[in-house]
Amino acid sequence: MGKWMNRQSLVTILGVLLIYGIVQGSIFMDVMPPFVALTLIQICIYVILSSSLNLINGITGQFSIGHAGFMAIGGYFAAIVIVKFHGPLVLALLVGAIVSAVAGFLIGLPTLRLNGDYLAIATLGLGEIVRIIFLNTEYVGGASGFSVPKTINWTWAFGLTVLSILVMRNFINSTHGRACISVRENEIAADAMGINTTKYKIIAFTLGAFFAGLAGGIYANYMYIIQPMTFSFLKSFDILVMVVLGGLGSLTGSIVGAIVMTVASAALAGLPEWRLVITAVLLVAMMIFRPTGLLGTKEFSLSFLGKKGDKNAASKN
Amino acid sequence: MPLLKIENLSKSFGGLKAVSNLNIEINDKELIGLIGPNGAGKTTVFNLLTGVYDKSEGNITFGDKNLSGLKPYQVTHRGMARTFQNIRLFSDLSVIDNVKIAYHQRTSYSMASAIFRLPGYYSGEAEMERKALELLKIFHLEDKAQETAKNLPYGEQRRLEIARALATEPKLLLLDEPAAGMNPQETQDLMNLIRWIREQFKLAILLIEHDMSLVMGVCERIYVLDYGMIIAQGAPDEIKSNPKVIEAYLGEEVV
Ligand SMILES: Nc1ncnc2c1ncn2[C@@H]1O[C@H](COP(=O)(O)OP(=O)(O)O)[C@@H](O)[C@H]1O
Ligand SMILES: [Mg+2]
Repeated sequence: MGKWMNRQSLVTILGVLLIYGIVQGSIFMDVMPPFVALTLIQICIYVILSSSLNLINGITGQFSIGHAGFMAIGGYFAAIVIVKFHGPLVLALLVGAIVSAVAGFLIGLPTLRLNGDYLAIATLGLGEIVRIIFLNTEYVGGASGFSVPKTINWTWAFGLTVLSILVMRNFINSTHGRACISVRENEIAADAMGINTTKYKIIAFTLGAFFAGLAGGIYANYMYIIQPMTFSFLKSFDILVMVVLGGLGSLTGSIVGAIVMTVASAALAGLPEWRLVITAVLLVAMMIFRPTGLLGTKEFSLSFLGKKGDKNAASKN
Repeated sequence: MPLLKIENLSKSFGGLKAVSNLNIEINDKELIGLIGPNGAGKTTVFNLLTGVYDKSEGNITFGDKNLSGLKPYQVTHRGMARTFQNIRLFSDLSVIDNVKIAYHQRTSYSMASAIFRLPGYYSGEAEMERKALELLKIFHLEDKAQETAKNLPYGEQRRLEIARALATEPKLLLLDEPAAGMNPQETQDLMNLIRWIREQFKLAILLIEHDMSLVMGVCERIYVLDYGMIIAQGAPDEIKSNPKVIEAYLGEEVV
Protein backbone atom coordinates (compact mmCIF):
# COMPACT_ATOMS: atom_id res chain seq x y z
CA MET A 1 0.00 0.00 0.00
CA GLY A 2 2.92 2.26 0.73
CA LYS A 3 0.70 4.50 2.85
CA TRP A 4 2.76 4.09 5.98
CA MET A 5 5.95 4.82 4.11
CA ASN A 6 5.65 8.58 4.22
CA ARG A 7 8.53 10.78 5.20
CA GLN A 8 7.62 10.81 8.85
CA SER A 9 7.64 7.05 9.24
CA LEU A 10 10.83 6.80 7.24
CA VAL A 11 12.56 9.21 9.61
CA THR A 12 11.16 7.34 12.60
CA ILE A 13 12.38 4.00 11.28
CA LEU A 14 15.83 5.42 10.58
CA GLY A 15 15.94 6.94 14.06
CA VAL A 16 14.97 3.64 15.67
CA LEU A 17 17.61 1.75 13.68
CA LEU A 18 20.21 4.38 14.53
CA ILE A 19 19.55 4.15 18.28
CA TYR A 20 19.66 0.38 18.12
CA GLY A 21 22.85 0.40 16.05
CA ILE A 22 24.74 2.84 18.24
CA VAL A 23 23.93 0.97 21.44
CA GLN A 24 24.49 -2.46 19.93
CA GLY A 25 27.77 -1.26 18.43
CA SER A 26 29.01 0.06 21.78
CA ILE A 27 28.08 -3.20 23.47
CA PHE A 28 29.82 -5.17 20.74
CA MET A 29 32.99 -3.10 21.04
CA ASP A 30 32.78 -3.34 24.80
CA VAL A 31 32.74 0.40 25.38
CA MET A 32 29.35 0.47 27.05
CA PRO A 33 29.59 1.02 30.83
CA PRO A 34 27.40 -1.57 32.62
CA PHE A 35 25.60 1.18 34.46
CA VAL A 36 24.53 2.77 31.17
CA ALA A 37 23.51 -0.59 29.76
CA LEU A 38 21.31 -1.21 32.79
CA THR A 39 19.72 2.22 32.47
CA LEU A 40 18.96 1.62 28.79
CA ILE A 41 17.18 -1.64 29.54
CA GLN A 42 15.29 0.04 32.35
CA ILE A 43 14.21 2.75 29.94
CA CYS A 44 12.81 0.05 27.63
CA ILE A 45 10.90 -1.54 30.49
CA TYR A 46 9.51 1.76 31.72
CA VAL A 47 8.57 2.92 28.23
CA ILE A 48 6.38 -0.17 27.87
CA LEU A 49 4.95 0.33 31.37
CA SER A 50 4.15 4.01 30.97
CA SER A 51 2.70 3.77 27.49
CA SER A 52 0.51 0.84 28.50
CA LEU A 53 -0.75 2.71 31.56
CA ASN A 54 -1.38 5.67 29.30
CA LEU A 55 -3.67 3.49 27.23
CA ILE A 56 -5.88 3.11 30.30
CA ASN A 57 -5.49 6.45 32.04
CA GLY A 58 -4.69 8.82 29.22
CA ILE A 59 -6.43 7.45 26.15
CA THR A 60 -9.51 5.93 27.75
CA GLY A 61 -9.69 8.29 30.74
CA GLN A 62 -9.93 5.63 33.44
CA PHE A 63 -7.94 5.74 36.62
CA SER A 64 -5.77 2.72 37.28
CA ILE A 65 -3.08 2.95 39.94
CA GLY A 66 -1.84 -0.60 40.33
CA HIS A 67 0.28 -1.13 37.25
CA ALA A 68 3.12 -2.69 39.23
CA GLY A 69 0.73 -5.52 40.13
CA PHE A 70 0.42 -6.51 36.47
CA MET A 71 4.14 -6.15 36.06
CA ALA A 72 4.59 -8.57 38.97
CA ILE A 73 2.19 -11.09 37.49
CA GLY A 74 3.97 -10.97 34.14
CA GLY A 75 7.37 -11.18 35.78
CA TYR A 76 6.59 -14.10 38.04
CA PHE A 77 4.74 -16.15 35.45
CA ALA A 78 7.46 -15.59 32.87
CA ALA A 79 10.00 -16.66 35.49
CA ILE A 80 7.99 -19.79 36.34
CA VAL A 81 7.93 -20.83 32.68
CA ILE A 82 11.69 -20.37 32.42
CA VAL A 83 12.83 -21.76 35.76
CA LYS A 84 10.29 -24.47 36.53
CA PHE A 85 9.39 -25.61 33.04
CA HIS A 86 12.56 -24.66 31.15
CA GLY A 87 10.46 -23.07 28.44
CA PRO A 88 11.85 -20.77 25.77
CA LEU A 89 12.03 -17.04 26.44
CA VAL A 90 9.37 -16.05 23.92
CA LEU A 91 6.90 -18.49 25.45
CA ALA A 92 7.74 -17.23 28.94
CA LEU A 93 7.15 -13.61 27.99
CA LEU A 94 3.93 -14.50 26.23
CA VAL A 95 2.61 -16.51 29.18
CA GLY A 96 3.46 -13.68 31.57
CA ALA A 97 1.71 -11.10 29.41
CA ILE A 98 -1.35 -13.27 28.84
CA VAL A 99 -1.81 -14.21 32.49
CA SER A 100 -1.51 -10.53 33.33
CA ALA A 101 -4.09 -9.65 30.66
CA VAL A 102 -6.47 -12.29 32.04
CA ALA A 103 -6.05 -10.84 35.53
CA GLY A 104 -6.75 -7.40 34.08
CA PHE A 105 -9.86 -8.65 32.36
CA LEU A 106 -11.16 -10.31 35.52
CA ILE A 107 -10.67 -7.15 37.55
CA GLY A 108 -11.91 -4.83 34.83
CA LEU A 109 -15.09 -6.74 34.13
CA PRO A 110 -16.87 -5.99 37.41
CA THR A 111 -15.28 -2.63 38.22
CA LEU A 112 -15.39 -0.93 34.83
CA ARG A 113 -19.14 -1.42 34.57
CA LEU A 114 -19.51 0.95 37.48
CA ASN A 115 -18.85 4.63 37.20
CA GLY A 116 -16.53 6.47 39.49
CA ASP A 117 -13.26 5.49 41.03
CA TYR A 118 -13.89 1.83 41.71
CA LEU A 119 -11.12 0.97 39.29
CA ALA A 120 -8.59 2.97 41.29
CA ILE A 121 -9.52 1.15 44.47
CA ALA A 122 -9.59 -2.25 42.80
CA THR A 123 -6.24 -1.82 41.04
CA LEU A 124 -4.63 -0.47 44.18
CA GLY A 125 -5.92 -3.50 46.05
CA LEU A 126 -4.80 -5.86 43.30
CA GLY A 127 -1.27 -4.49 43.37
CA GLU A 128 -0.96 -5.17 47.07
CA ILE A 129 -2.71 -8.55 46.98
CA VAL A 130 -0.50 -9.81 44.15
CA ARG A 131 2.58 -8.70 46.02
CA ILE A 132 1.49 -10.39 49.22
CA ILE A 133 0.60 -13.61 47.41
CA PHE A 134 4.06 -13.84 45.85
CA LEU A 135 5.61 -12.88 49.17
CA ASN A 136 4.00 -15.89 50.78
CA THR A 137 4.48 -18.42 48.01
CA GLU A 138 7.54 -20.55 48.62
CA TYR A 139 7.23 -22.01 45.12
CA VAL A 140 8.51 -18.69 43.78
CA GLY A 141 10.98 -17.98 46.55
CA GLY A 142 8.84 -15.92 48.92
CA ALA A 143 10.40 -12.82 50.40
CA SER A 144 13.95 -13.77 49.48
CA GLY A 145 13.12 -13.63 45.80
CA PHE A 146 13.04 -15.80 42.73
CA SER A 147 16.28 -16.34 40.80
CA VAL A 148 15.93 -16.24 37.06
CA PRO A 149 18.75 -16.68 34.52
CA LYS A 150 19.49 -13.57 32.52
CA THR A 151 18.34 -14.16 28.95
CA ILE A 152 17.25 -10.67 27.98
CA ASN A 153 19.78 -8.54 26.17
CA TRP A 154 19.58 -5.14 24.54
CA THR A 155 18.35 -6.55 21.24
CA TRP A 156 15.43 -8.34 22.92
CA ALA A 157 14.50 -5.45 25.16
CA PHE A 158 14.68 -2.85 22.43
CA GLY A 159 12.93 -4.99 19.85
CA LEU A 160 10.07 -5.81 22.20
CA THR A 161 9.73 -2.17 23.17
CA VAL A 162 9.51 -1.04 19.56
CA LEU A 163 7.01 -3.80 18.85
CA SER A 164 4.87 -2.86 21.85
CA ILE A 165 4.83 0.80 20.89
CA LEU A 166 3.91 -0.09 17.34
CA VAL A 167 0.98 -2.24 18.45
CA MET A 168 -0.27 0.42 20.84
CA ARG A 169 0.14 3.15 18.26
CA ASN A 170 -1.77 1.13 15.67
CA PHE A 171 -4.52 0.48 18.18
CA ILE A 172 -4.79 4.13 19.20
CA ASN A 173 -4.77 5.39 15.60
CA SER A 174 -7.72 3.28 14.58
CA THR A 175 -11.46 3.33 14.97
CA HIS A 176 -11.05 1.25 18.14
CA GLY A 177 -8.64 3.79 19.58
CA ARG A 178 -11.03 6.59 18.68
CA ALA A 179 -13.76 4.67 20.51
CA CYS A 180 -11.55 4.64 23.63
CA ILE A 181 -10.82 8.34 23.25
CA SER A 182 -14.53 9.09 22.91
CA VAL A 183 -15.07 7.45 26.30
CA ARG A 184 -12.49 9.80 27.78
CA GLU A 185 -13.91 12.85 26.02
CA ASN A 186 -17.56 12.37 26.91
CA GLU A 187 -18.85 9.03 28.06
CA ILE A 188 -22.51 9.95 27.76
CA ALA A 189 -22.08 11.17 24.20
CA ALA A 190 -19.98 8.14 23.30
CA ASP A 191 -22.71 5.86 24.57
CA ALA A 192 -25.33 7.83 22.64
CA MET A 193 -23.25 7.49 19.47
CA GLY A 194 -23.35 3.72 19.71
CA ILE A 195 -20.02 3.09 21.41
CA ASN A 196 -20.13 0.21 23.88
CA THR A 197 -18.24 2.16 26.50
CA THR A 198 -17.84 -0.69 28.98
CA LYS A 199 -16.41 -2.94 26.27
CA TYR A 200 -13.82 -0.39 25.24
CA LYS A 201 -12.82 0.37 28.81
CA ILE A 202 -12.25 -3.35 29.34
CA ILE A 203 -10.33 -3.69 26.08
CA ALA A 204 -8.03 -0.79 26.96
CA PHE A 205 -7.54 -2.09 30.47
CA THR A 206 -6.80 -5.65 29.32
CA LEU A 207 -4.41 -4.45 26.65
CA GLY A 208 -2.68 -2.23 29.22
CA ALA A 209 -2.34 -5.18 31.59
CA PHE A 210 -0.96 -7.34 28.78
CA PHE A 211 1.89 -4.94 28.07
CA ALA A 212 2.57 -4.34 31.75
CA GLY A 213 2.91 -8.11 32.06
CA LEU A 214 5.29 -8.16 29.12
CA ALA A 215 7.40 -5.45 30.75
CA GLY A 216 7.43 -7.54 33.93
CA GLY A 217 8.65 -10.54 31.97
CA ILE A 218 11.47 -8.54 30.41
CA TYR A 219 12.38 -7.26 33.84
CA ALA A 220 12.41 -10.73 35.40
CA ASN A 221 14.61 -12.17 32.68
CA TYR A 222 17.12 -9.37 32.91
CA MET A 223 17.57 -8.76 36.62
CA TYR A 224 18.72 -12.27 37.73
CA ILE A 225 16.26 -12.07 40.62
CA ILE A 226 12.78 -10.74 41.25
CA GLN A 227 11.46 -9.88 44.67
CA PRO A 228 7.92 -9.03 45.74
CA MET A 229 8.95 -5.73 47.28
CA THR A 230 10.07 -4.46 43.86
CA PHE A 231 6.44 -4.35 42.80
CA SER A 232 5.15 -2.17 45.62
CA PHE A 233 2.80 0.74 45.29
CA LEU A 234 5.81 3.02 44.89
CA LYS A 235 6.56 1.35 41.57
CA SER A 236 2.99 1.93 40.41
CA PHE A 237 3.33 5.51 41.52
CA ASP A 238 6.54 5.96 39.51
CA ILE A 239 4.82 4.72 36.37
CA LEU A 240 1.88 7.01 36.97
CA VAL A 241 4.24 9.96 37.37
CA MET A 242 5.87 9.17 34.02
CA VAL A 243 2.50 9.15 32.27
CA VAL A 244 1.35 12.37 33.90
CA LEU A 245 4.69 14.04 33.30
CA GLY A 246 4.67 13.12 29.62
CA GLY A 247 1.06 14.12 29.18
CA LEU A 248 -2.02 11.96 29.67
CA GLY A 249 -3.18 10.76 26.28
CA SER A 250 0.10 11.24 24.42
CA LEU A 251 1.95 8.06 23.48
CA THR A 252 5.14 9.92 22.66
CA GLY A 253 4.66 11.83 25.90
CA SER A 254 4.71 8.56 27.83
CA ILE A 255 7.95 7.60 26.10
CA VAL A 256 9.52 10.95 26.95
CA GLY A 257 8.20 10.76 30.52
CA ALA A 258 9.68 7.29 31.00
CA ILE A 259 13.07 8.36 29.63
CA VAL A 260 13.23 11.57 31.70
CA MET A 261 12.25 9.83 34.94
CA THR A 262 14.52 6.82 34.43
CA VAL A 263 17.52 8.93 33.55
CA ALA A 264 16.82 11.28 36.47
CA SER A 265 16.61 8.46 38.96
CA ALA A 266 19.72 6.80 37.50
CA ALA A 267 21.58 10.09 37.88
CA LEU A 268 20.41 10.26 41.47
CA ALA A 269 21.20 6.63 42.17
CA GLY A 270 23.84 7.62 44.74
CA LEU A 271 21.33 9.81 46.58
CA PRO A 272 18.20 7.69 46.86
CA GLU A 273 16.71 10.00 49.46
CA TRP A 274 16.70 12.80 46.88
CA ARG A 275 14.76 10.82 44.32
CA LEU A 276 11.38 11.40 45.91
CA VAL A 277 12.17 15.05 46.47
CA ILE A 278 13.12 15.56 42.84
CA THR A 279 10.03 13.69 41.67
CA ALA A 280 7.86 15.88 43.85
CA VAL A 281 9.55 19.06 42.65
CA LEU A 282 9.21 17.96 39.02
CA LEU A 283 5.52 17.26 39.49
CA VAL A 284 4.80 20.51 41.30
CA ALA A 285 6.72 22.50 38.70
CA MET A 286 4.83 20.74 35.97
CA MET A 287 1.44 21.41 37.57
CA ILE A 288 2.32 25.08 37.73
CA PHE A 289 3.89 25.57 34.32
CA ARG A 290 2.40 22.81 32.25
CA PRO A 291 -0.60 21.15 33.87
CA THR A 292 -1.29 18.98 30.82
CA GLY A 293 2.14 17.34 30.97
CA LEU A 294 5.14 17.87 28.73
CA LEU A 295 3.28 17.04 25.53
CA GLY A 296 -0.36 17.48 26.56
CA THR A 297 -2.45 15.10 24.49
CA LYS A 298 -0.37 15.99 21.42
CA GLU A 299 2.05 13.64 19.77
CA PHE A 300 5.65 14.63 19.23
CA SER A 301 6.08 14.77 15.52
CA LEU A 302 8.89 15.16 13.08
CA SER A 303 6.58 16.87 10.66
CA PHE A 304 8.89 19.86 10.35
CA LEU A 305 11.13 17.51 8.40
CA GLY A 306 8.39 16.84 5.89
CA LYS A 307 6.22 19.36 4.20
CA LYS A 308 3.02 19.02 6.21
CA GLY A 309 1.89 17.44 9.47
CA ASP A 310 1.04 13.78 9.62
CA LYS A 311 -2.56 14.61 10.43
CA ASN A 312 -3.07 16.37 7.14
CA ALA A 313 -1.26 13.67 5.25
CA ALA A 314 -3.53 11.06 6.80
CA SER A 315 -6.71 12.92 5.95
CA LYS A 316 -5.88 13.17 2.28
CA ASN A 317 -5.92 9.47 1.58
CA MET B 1 -47.44 -0.16 12.25
CA PRO B 2 -45.90 2.92 13.87
CA LEU B 3 -42.12 3.25 14.00
CA LEU B 4 -42.18 4.23 17.64
CA LYS B 5 -44.90 3.44 20.09
CA ILE B 6 -44.77 4.76 23.63
CA GLU B 7 -47.42 3.32 25.92
CA ASN B 8 -48.24 4.50 29.42
CA LEU B 9 -44.68 5.58 30.04
CA SER B 10 -43.97 6.91 33.52
CA LYS B 11 -40.89 8.01 35.37
CA SER B 12 -40.57 9.15 38.96
CA PHE B 13 -37.58 10.72 40.63
CA GLY B 14 -38.24 10.07 44.29
CA GLY B 15 -41.61 11.73 44.89
CA LEU B 16 -41.54 13.73 41.68
CA LYS B 17 -43.44 12.30 38.74
CA ALA B 18 -41.41 13.72 35.87
CA VAL B 19 -43.36 11.79 33.23
CA SER B 20 -46.73 10.14 33.75
CA ASN B 21 -48.81 7.94 31.50
CA LEU B 22 -47.27 9.13 28.31
CA ASN B 23 -48.63 7.81 25.01
CA ILE B 24 -46.93 8.81 21.77
CA GLU B 25 -46.90 7.24 18.33
CA ILE B 26 -44.58 8.18 15.51
CA ASN B 27 -44.77 6.81 11.99
CA ASP B 28 -42.02 6.44 9.44
CA LYS B 29 -40.70 9.75 8.12
CA GLU B 30 -42.96 11.87 10.30
CA LEU B 31 -41.74 15.13 11.78
CA ILE B 32 -43.24 15.42 15.23
CA GLY B 33 -42.90 18.15 17.82
CA LEU B 34 -42.77 17.69 21.56
CA ILE B 35 -43.24 21.00 23.27
CA GLY B 36 -43.90 22.25 26.75
CA PRO B 37 -42.72 24.71 29.36
CA ASN B 38 -39.38 24.32 31.10
CA GLY B 39 -39.32 21.38 33.46
CA ALA B 40 -42.29 19.72 31.75
CA GLY B 41 -40.35 16.48 31.32
CA LYS B 42 -39.34 16.66 27.64
CA THR B 43 -35.69 15.80 28.10
CA THR B 44 -36.68 13.04 30.50
CA VAL B 45 -38.73 11.49 27.69
CA PHE B 46 -35.61 11.42 25.50
CA ASN B 47 -33.58 9.91 28.29
CA LEU B 48 -36.20 7.21 28.75
CA LEU B 49 -36.36 6.47 25.02
CA THR B 50 -32.61 6.17 24.68
CA GLY B 51 -32.08 4.05 27.78
CA VAL B 52 -30.24 6.69 29.81
CA TYR B 53 -32.92 6.32 32.49
CA ASP B 54 -34.83 3.18 33.38
CA LYS B 55 -38.54 3.74 33.10
CA SER B 56 -40.75 3.32 36.16
CA GLU B 57 -43.63 1.95 34.12
CA GLY B 58 -44.83 1.51 30.58
CA ASN B 59 -43.68 0.21 27.25
CA ILE B 60 -41.54 1.49 24.42
CA THR B 61 -41.69 -0.33 21.11
CA PHE B 62 -39.37 0.65 18.29
CA GLY B 63 -39.85 -1.05 14.97
CA ASP B 64 -41.15 -4.36 16.19
CA LYS B 65 -38.79 -4.58 19.16
CA ASN B 66 -39.30 -3.73 22.78
CA LEU B 67 -36.60 -1.40 24.06
CA SER B 68 -36.81 -2.45 27.70
CA GLY B 69 -33.51 -2.78 29.48
CA LEU B 70 -31.35 -1.72 26.55
CA LYS B 71 -28.31 0.47 27.11
CA PRO B 72 -28.04 3.72 25.16
CA TYR B 73 -25.53 2.32 22.69
CA GLN B 74 -27.86 -0.60 21.96
CA VAL B 75 -30.75 1.77 21.35
CA THR B 76 -28.53 3.71 18.95
CA HIS B 77 -27.72 0.46 17.23
CA ARG B 78 -31.42 -0.21 16.74
CA GLY B 79 -31.67 3.05 14.84
CA MET B 80 -32.49 5.85 17.24
CA ALA B 81 -30.05 8.74 17.59
CA ARG B 82 -30.16 11.93 19.57
CA THR B 83 -28.65 15.31 20.24
CA PHE B 84 -28.41 16.91 23.65
CA GLN B 85 -29.98 20.05 25.04
CA ASN B 86 -26.58 21.05 26.35
CA ILE B 87 -24.24 20.27 23.47
CA ARG B 88 -22.15 17.19 24.13
CA LEU B 89 -19.50 17.04 21.45
CA PHE B 90 -16.13 15.34 21.82
CA SER B 91 -14.92 18.86 22.23
CA ASP B 92 -11.14 18.33 22.18
CA LEU B 93 -11.28 16.19 19.05
CA SER B 94 -11.40 17.34 15.45
CA VAL B 95 -14.71 17.88 13.72
CA ILE B 96 -14.16 14.89 11.46
CA ASP B 97 -13.21 12.60 14.34
CA ASN B 98 -16.48 13.48 16.04
CA VAL B 99 -18.30 12.13 13.01
CA LYS B 100 -16.02 9.13 12.51
CA ILE B 101 -16.69 7.97 16.07
CA ALA B 102 -20.39 7.89 15.27
CA TYR B 103 -19.70 5.78 12.17
CA HIS B 104 -17.83 3.24 14.29
CA GLN B 105 -20.81 1.00 15.02
CA ARG B 106 -21.82 0.58 11.36
CA THR B 107 -18.56 1.01 9.48
CA SER B 108 -15.91 -0.81 11.41
CA TYR B 109 -13.08 -3.26 10.94
CA SER B 110 -11.53 -5.78 13.28
CA MET B 111 -9.03 -4.96 15.97
CA ALA B 112 -6.56 -7.36 14.34
CA SER B 113 -6.83 -5.35 11.11
CA ALA B 114 -6.01 -2.24 13.11
CA ILE B 115 -3.06 -3.67 15.03
CA PHE B 116 -1.47 -5.48 12.10
CA ARG B 117 -2.48 -2.84 9.57
CA LEU B 118 -4.21 -5.37 7.36
CA PRO B 119 -6.01 -4.25 4.19
CA GLY B 120 -9.24 -4.07 6.17
CA TYR B 121 -7.80 -1.21 8.16
CA TYR B 122 -7.01 0.88 5.10
CA SER B 123 -10.30 0.25 3.35
CA GLY B 124 -12.29 0.76 6.57
CA GLU B 125 -10.55 4.04 7.37
CA ALA B 126 -10.90 5.24 3.80
CA GLU B 127 -14.61 4.53 3.83
CA MET B 128 -15.12 6.30 7.16
CA GLU B 129 -13.16 9.27 5.91
CA ARG B 130 -15.20 9.45 2.73
CA LYS B 131 -18.56 9.11 4.49
CA ALA B 132 -17.61 11.60 7.19
CA LEU B 133 -16.49 14.22 4.67
CA GLU B 134 -19.63 13.68 2.62
CA LEU B 135 -21.78 14.28 5.68
CA LEU B 136 -19.78 17.33 6.75
CA LYS B 137 -20.24 18.75 3.28
CA ILE B 138 -24.00 18.56 3.65
CA PHE B 139 -23.69 20.58 6.84
CA HIS B 140 -21.21 23.04 5.29
CA LEU B 141 -18.53 21.94 7.70
CA GLU B 142 -16.11 20.22 5.33
CA ASP B 143 -13.67 23.13 5.41
CA LYS B 144 -13.51 22.79 9.16
CA ALA B 145 -12.97 19.04 9.22
CA GLN B 146 -9.61 19.33 10.98
CA GLU B 147 -10.72 22.08 13.37
CA THR B 148 -11.06 21.23 17.06
CA ALA B 149 -14.77 20.91 17.76
CA LYS B 150 -14.81 23.28 20.72
CA ASN B 151 -13.40 26.09 18.55
CA LEU B 152 -16.44 26.12 16.27
CA PRO B 153 -18.98 28.90 16.69
CA TYR B 154 -22.04 27.88 18.66
CA GLY B 155 -24.37 27.43 15.70
CA GLU B 156 -21.86 25.18 13.94
CA GLN B 157 -21.43 23.08 17.06
CA ARG B 158 -25.18 22.49 17.02
CA ARG B 159 -25.01 21.51 13.36
CA LEU B 160 -22.07 19.21 14.00
CA GLU B 161 -23.99 17.48 16.76
CA ILE B 162 -26.85 16.79 14.34
CA ALA B 163 -24.39 15.57 11.69
CA ARG B 164 -22.79 13.27 14.22
CA ALA B 165 -26.17 11.81 15.19
CA LEU B 166 -26.96 11.20 11.52
CA ALA B 167 -23.71 9.30 11.15
CA THR B 168 -25.18 6.54 13.30
CA GLU B 169 -27.64 6.07 10.41
CA PRO B 170 -30.85 6.36 12.44
CA LYS B 171 -34.46 5.71 11.49
CA LEU B 172 -35.58 8.13 14.16
CA LEU B 173 -33.70 11.27 15.09
CA LEU B 174 -34.34 12.92 18.44
CA LEU B 175 -33.43 16.60 18.64
CA ASP B 176 -33.46 18.26 22.06
CA GLU B 177 -33.96 22.02 21.67
CA PRO B 178 -31.59 22.30 18.70
CA ALA B 179 -32.38 26.01 18.33
CA ALA B 180 -31.53 26.92 21.91
CA GLY B 181 -29.21 29.90 21.97
CA MET B 182 -29.60 30.71 18.29
CA ASN B 183 -30.71 34.02 16.85
CA PRO B 184 -33.93 34.19 14.75
CA GLN B 185 -32.10 33.91 11.42
CA GLU B 186 -30.05 30.89 12.55
CA THR B 187 -33.21 29.35 13.96
CA GLN B 188 -35.04 29.78 10.66
CA ASP B 189 -32.13 28.20 8.77
CA LEU B 190 -32.06 25.36 11.23
CA MET B 191 -35.76 24.63 10.81
CA ASN B 192 -35.30 24.51 7.05
CA LEU B 193 -32.35 22.20 7.54
CA ILE B 194 -34.38 19.89 9.75
CA ARG B 195 -37.12 19.66 7.17
CA TRP B 196 -34.53 19.00 4.49
CA ILE B 197 -32.79 16.30 6.59
CA ARG B 198 -36.04 14.44 6.93
CA GLU B 199 -36.50 14.38 3.15
CA GLN B 200 -32.88 13.64 2.34
CA PHE B 201 -32.24 10.93 4.92
CA LYS B 202 -35.78 9.55 4.84
CA LEU B 203 -36.14 9.35 8.58
CA ALA B 204 -38.58 10.33 11.29
CA ILE B 205 -37.74 13.22 13.60
CA LEU B 206 -38.95 13.96 17.10
CA LEU B 207 -38.18 17.57 17.85
CA ILE B 208 -38.23 19.00 21.35
CA GLU B 209 -38.77 22.70 21.53
CA HIS B 210 -39.46 25.04 24.32
CA ASP B 211 -40.56 27.89 22.06
CA MET B 212 -43.93 26.96 20.59
CA SER B 213 -43.77 29.23 17.56
CA LEU B 214 -40.68 27.50 16.21
CA VAL B 215 -42.20 24.10 15.72
CA MET B 216 -45.51 25.32 14.33
CA GLY B 217 -44.06 25.77 10.87
CA VAL B 218 -42.19 22.48 10.54
CA CYS B 219 -44.01 19.77 12.46
CA GLU B 220 -46.90 17.75 11.16
CA ARG B 221 -48.16 16.84 14.58
CA ILE B 222 -47.37 18.20 17.97
CA TYR B 223 -47.57 16.79 21.48
CA VAL B 224 -47.74 19.24 24.35
CA LEU B 225 -46.29 18.18 27.66
CA ASP B 226 -46.97 19.89 30.97
CA TYR B 227 -46.01 18.54 34.38
CA GLY B 228 -45.11 15.24 32.75
CA MET B 229 -48.49 14.74 31.12
CA ILE B 230 -49.70 15.16 27.57
CA ILE B 231 -52.22 17.97 27.73
CA ALA B 232 -52.83 18.28 24.02
CA GLN B 233 -51.92 16.71 20.72
CA GLY B 234 -52.71 17.31 17.08
CA ALA B 235 -51.99 19.50 14.09
CA PRO B 236 -50.19 22.80 14.75
CA ASP B 237 -53.33 24.84 14.15
CA GLU B 238 -55.33 22.89 16.71
CA ILE B 239 -52.52 23.21 19.22
CA LYS B 240 -52.21 26.93 18.76
CA SER B 241 -55.80 27.58 19.71
CA ASN B 242 -56.07 24.96 22.44
CA PRO B 243 -56.93 26.75 25.71
CA LYS B 244 -55.02 24.23 27.84
CA VAL B 245 -51.87 24.88 25.88
CA ILE B 246 -52.27 28.63 26.09
CA GLU B 247 -52.78 28.31 29.82
CA ALA B 248 -49.68 26.14 30.30
CA TYR B 249 -47.56 28.62 28.41
CA LEU B 250 -49.23 31.65 30.00
CA GLY B 251 -48.50 30.27 33.42
CA GLU B 252 -44.90 30.16 32.46
CA GLU B 253 -44.83 33.65 31.09
CA VAL B 254 -45.95 35.03 34.44
CA VAL B 255 -43.21 33.18 36.30
N1 LIG C 1 -31.90 12.86 37.05
C1 LIG C 1 -32.90 13.54 37.63
N2 LIG C 1 -33.07 13.45 38.98
C2 LIG C 1 -34.06 14.13 39.60
N3 LIG C 1 -34.93 14.92 38.94
C3 LIG C 1 -34.81 15.04 37.61
C4 LIG C 1 -33.79 14.36 36.89
N4 LIG C 1 -33.90 14.67 35.58
C5 LIG C 1 -34.94 15.52 35.49
N5 LIG C 1 -35.51 15.74 36.70
C6 LIG C 1 -36.67 16.57 36.98
O1 LIG C 1 -37.70 16.18 36.10
C7 LIG C 1 -38.44 17.32 35.67
C8 LIG C 1 -38.43 17.36 34.15
O2 LIG C 1 -37.14 17.73 33.70
P1 LIG C 1 -36.76 17.77 32.16
O3 LIG C 1 -37.17 16.51 31.52
O4 LIG C 1 -35.34 18.13 32.06
O5 LIG C 1 -37.66 18.98 31.64
P2 LIG C 1 -37.63 19.74 30.24
O6 LIG C 1 -36.66 19.09 29.36
O7 LIG C 1 -39.03 19.64 29.75
O8 LIG C 1 -37.27 21.15 30.54
C9 LIG C 1 -37.80 18.52 36.30
O9 LIG C 1 -38.55 18.86 37.45
C10 LIG C 1 -36.44 18.03 36.67
O10 LIG C 1 -35.95 18.71 37.79
MG1 LIG D 1 -34.98 19.83 28.52
